[in-house]
Amino acid sequence: MHIPDGYLGPATSGVLYAVMLPIWAVASRIVRKTLKARQVPMLAIGAAFSFVIMMFNVPIPGGTTGHAVGGVLVAILLGPWAACIAITVALVVQALLFGDGGITAIGANCFNMAFVLPFVGYYVYKAVSYNAPADSSRKVLAAGVAGYIGISVAAVLAGVEFGVQPLLHHTASGQALYCPYGLNVAVPAMAGEHLLIFGWVEAIVTALVVKYLQKQDPSFLQAGASKAK
Amino acid sequence: MKTATKLWIGLGVLILLSPLGLILPEHFKAGAAWGEWGTDEMQKLVGYVPKGLEKLSSLWSAPIPNYAFKGWEEKGLPHLSFAYIMSAVVGIAVVVILALIIGKALIKKGD
Repeated sequence: MHIPDGYLGPATSGVLYAVMLPIWAVASRIVRKTLKARQVPMLAIGAAFSFVIMMFNVPIPGGTTGHAVGGVLVAILLGPWAACIAITVALVVQALLFGDGGITAIGANCFNMAFVLPFVGYYVYKAVSYNAPADSSRKVLAAGVAGYIGISVAAVLAGVEFGVQPLLHHTASGQALYCPYGLNVAVPAMAGEHLLIFGWVEAIVTALVVKYLQKQDPSFLQAGASKAK
Repeated sequence: MKTATKLWIGLGVLILLSPLGLILPEHFKAGAAWGEWGTDEMQKLVGYVPKGLEKLSSLWSAPIPNYAFKGWEEKGLPHLSFAYIMSAVVGIAVVVILALIIGKALIKKGD
């Protein structure tokens, strides 16, 4: 889901940078108020986890690859605003050092994976695990459902961003200037592969770690919940 | 052992396992992610390279492109796996340092 340079025209890249600036500002303000000193290492662990889990490319045999983002898990553990900052750090390093995701598309990629994904995932988790005891299997289920829905919604939005390019930018002869696939191709492709495969990967990763933490140290599962307003 | 320590160890294990993200797609003959094709693949897919895409695609040259060392593209999977692990180490080191700096800066100003 890392949109490279050249797939989005200046309008889309610019708008999504402009959308992310106030989100990053609000995230800093909220995290400043809510993050406790002892949680700073968790912010780093969350960013590092998101970074490395995105390196696990999962193949669709003979087709494309995709990966989990780990962002819903970070949102469950630290709250969605801290997750936004953690995933942004991972995405910026991926773009600058490894060319994974374009630098003109950092706004778009952060909007999809560092904003939409953790927020959708976080609120799905809250809704499904509402009033569930800390050690219940409903929390594990909620984590899985949240991971699945969070990454799938983000993927659909990436598909829309790809898909509007041929409408926005084309030559007089009809050749695309940026992403050549329209909404009718891009949205089903991005939605389909995430609903069928990569959504499950995010679901399993999120649910397994939540299950592990339930046994190991349930206080981790309360930290994110208590902070989010 | 503290849970945070265990999570750091978990990250180390993920770093060592990361080449799976390289080997499995290779084994199952899976190509690039959707919408992340290079200009050559784009030429094959749609018969031309969109002009704006061509111009912007070379805008940034990353120091470790695609988690591989420059000049190692033709080397075999063991070399690429090594480069992948080193990329994970470098990437995580930078991510952790940045996150700690941001986290500490935010906390300080909050007091």
